[in-house]
Amino acid sequence: MPANTKNRGTGFKIDSLTPEEYKSISKKHSPSRSTFKNCVSAFVVGGLICLIGQAIQRAFMSWFDMTVKEAGNPTVAVLIIISVILTSFGVYDKIAQWAGAGTAVPVTGFANSMCSAALEHKAEGYVLGVGANMFKLAGSVIVFGTVAAFVVGLVYAIFGIQGVHQP
Amino acid sequence: MQFLWAFIIGGLICVIGQLMMDLFKMTPAHTMSTLVVAGAVADGLGWYDPLVKFAGAGASVPITSFGSSLVHGALSELQRDGWIGVVTGIFEVTSAGISAAIIFSFIAALFVRPRG
Repeated sequence: MPANTKNRGTGFKIDSLTPEEYKSISKKHSPSRSTFKNCVSAFVVGGLICLIGQAIQRAFMSWFDMTVKEAGNPTVAVLIIISVILTSFGVYDKIAQWAGAGTAVPVTGFANSMCSAALEHKAEGYVLGVGANMFKLAGSVIVFGTVAAFVVGLVYAIFGIQGVHQP
Repeated sequence: MQFLWAFIIGGLICVIGQLMMDLFKMTPAHTMSTLVVAGAVADGLGWYDPLVKFAGAGASVPITSFGSSLVHGALSELQRDGWIGVVTGIFEVTSAGISAAIIFSFIAALFVRPRG
């Protein structure tokens, strides 16, 4: 190893980088997209995904005579199917590179994280690869969501705040 | 009209996520977890239902609605079955989303060759 730590062509030593130098170099090479541009693309793509969701929900409501509440679950399921199909063809990740949080925050991003983890670890087998890694990213969402819901439920159970909430 | 609000509110929630990632340098996992907790707390305060009524899928498609649905399940079983409902009811409403994501991801893993 020691023979290769000096980078001959460029003439600087990798060992001698201070954190500040590293920061400036990494800043120079990291993509220079502004926060504003990121937000605009996140807004447009995230908004479009919600628009598609609204259209699917409306379709369920008019074709199957569902109420808004009943249509919620099938809508999410359809969005998840679409997301899994797009992830399988590698399309979703291409959009995600450009849209950032616009594709990560909607429920389709949740499905995308599970599907891509499952595909990525397929080579390690179905039990140790697909099964064990599917929740690698989505797991934290479920854990924190469940704990938060439990705490909220506990507060309601202890203080009995009725009326604020009609489930 | 609801289509317009779905677009705007859904887009704004995504912008909040983007700002958390850009300004506070949070990883996507941290961002999503924070949003889910925010959704659960907002629902506990009774703020999320009016938002869903107003913006439709703009509020029910982002991951914040996952937290809100978890709270909904816990609270409706709390009213029906008492204390134990807080634990047994949590996944009642979100079952569709989680099950669909598991099942279809597994099917995809069966048939699709990973790329890249």
